[in-house]
Amino acid sequence: MQQHTTQFGYRRHPDQDRANAAEHPVVVVGAGPVGLSLAIDLAQRGQPVVLLDDADRIGEGSRAICFSKRSLEYWDRLGVAERMTDKGVVWSVGRIFHSASQLYQFNLLPEQGHKMPAFINLQQFYAEAYLVERAAQLPEIDLRWRNRVSALEQRNDHAVLTIETPDGPYRLAARYVVACDGARSSLRSLVGADFKGQVFEDQFLIADVKMTAEFPTERWFWFDPPFHAGRSALLHRQPDDIWRIDLQLSPDADPAVEKLPENVRPRLARMLGHNDFEFVWISLYKFQCRRMEKFIHDRVIFAGDAAHQVSPFGARGANSGLEDAENLAWKLARVLAGTSPENLFESYHVERSAAADENIRESTRSTDFMAPASRQEARLRQAVLSLARDTEFGKRMINGGRLSVPSVYDTPLSTADGETWRGGPPPGASMLDAPLTGRDGGSTFLTEAFVKAGTRFALLEFANGAAASVPAGVGVIRIGDDGFGDPSGLLGARYDAAPGTGYLLRPDGYVAARFRHLTHGAIVAALARATAINEGL
Amino acid sequence: MALSTSSNFTKPDDAFRMIVEAHRGISDAQSADLDAALVLVLANHIGDLDVLRKAIELAKRRLVDGQQQQQQQ
Repeated sequence: MQQHTTQFGYRRHPDQDRANAAEHPVVVVGAGPVGLSLAIDLAQRGQPVVLLDDADRIGEGSRAICFSKRSLEYWDRLGVAERMTDKGVVWSVGRIFHSASQLYQFNLLPEQGHKMPAFINLQQFYAEAYLVERAAQLPEIDLRWRNRVSALEQRNDHAVLTIETPDGPYRLAARYVVACDGARSSLRSLVGADFKGQVFEDQFLIADVKMTAEFPTERWFWFDPPFHAGRSALLHRQPDDIWRIDLQLSPDADPAVEKLPENVRPRLARMLGHNDFEFVWISLYKFQCRRMEKFIHDRVIFAGDAAHQVSPFGARGANSGLEDAENLAWKLARVLAGTSPENLFESYHVERSAAADENIRESTRSTDFMAPASRQEARLRQAVLSLARDTEFGKRMINGGRLSVPSVYDTPLSTADGETWRGGPPPGASMLDAPLTGRDGGSTFLTEAFVKAGTRFALLEFANGAAASVPAGVGVIRIGDDGFGDPSGLLGARYDAAPGTGYLLRPDGYVAARFRHLTHGAIVAALARATAINEGL
Repeated sequence: MALSTSSNFTKPDDAFRMIVEAHRGISDAQSADLDAALVLVLANHIGDLDVLRKAIELAKRRLVDGQQQQQQQ
């Protein structure tokens, strides 16, 4: 079988020759998509970061393949989205089939005027390779391969890690450690944290096959297809003429037998209608939906699969990990710079553990719908599938995976609306992209204007005479008058805006507050709340 | 009054899940009893014979599928 691997060299670091542990502000453990993105984000904020990984290569199987619009918008800020979208296959349409007939189709991004597509499919090893290359351009990132954390000591104001290398162990001290070390996180074991949730008995077989095929670039999901009676199946396109196929197996199927290519091949041949394909990767999965009770354990902060796991139906694994990274990076940078108190981290736990609960809830529902737990649940599902043939409500109840969308945070960082809004993203929601024109008349997007404003707190201001006065360190995205143009009117409509409307955006692109009439005092108060420096106000 | 078959819940998954969870932890026979009671409660809430008749017709068309499903169990 074909393997895409990229090898990285272990290099001895001067820290390994020191008698005492070298001290670093932040050590990120795990150079997967989440750890790499977090490190790049921190570096772009001027924060030096040590990034450790226990392996020296990437690319065993395609693993995560669906990256969401939200993730692409984040990667665009990190300077890697163009490579991802150039290589990835763009899709927005999904189809649901029951038996041999189509029941339903949906479009995840039916409107125009967004820089990024609804989804791309891209093998995780490509995403990681592009992120590693980006990380190498940033001198703030100190990436160390074959560095495996074996012990942790928590101190009052720092943690000490023991790290195993080919040259033997050494120690590192860090004010904060971020554990992005995946589902089998060793740091999670080292802090002795609980990791509880629901285990699903059904097994799923994932096969990546190489073939040239006429299927469109869409997500196709089958309930009870003719080629796989009584079970479900999923077909997804990846770059390089690779196709991802998920097949649900019975709970009592023998993994060793099911995994054999000679047993997988006839089933796929029936599905695809031909035998002209080769296997790239075959893997068998059982799912767990679970999360840590607390994402922060003293000096160790958990992100991605280390903190939470979901079933893959809905693309909520890697995408939610990337949302963790974007949520945490600016908070870490502020606390390390001394511009916010440490309790800003509490909002990371509040916001991202609620998002994890939402992802677990959605993916549990999808998995339960695909693999009904009782005769009654099978009957309910059958009723939905049959009613879906000619009723709208039936179509909407079919659950073949609800795809990842960003959570809306109920968070102490938000300033509650004080005025009436008929639309627009409320405080705690992520910004919505829209097309703009620059002062030179050239086309751009709100997400690009946000980066030009510094990827920091920024005021999105709909001009009404003189510019609002903003506190130091806050960027301004001014629409109208001498600022950006909104000739399509899409920005104004998406933000329910009138002259004088303002949105205070957080450095992760979420809305902190919004106002019908901007005042300096209101912006200062909202900023203080959003940076956790208003304690006692 | 016409039977509404458009999607009336803001989040249809929430409604489906509530019904699924109502059946968790009870026997299959109890599930049938629960369904019977639930149908009567909802029929009374609708309070319209025309709508109820159309709902029964729509559901009955599905019986063939239901029998197929039974055989697969």
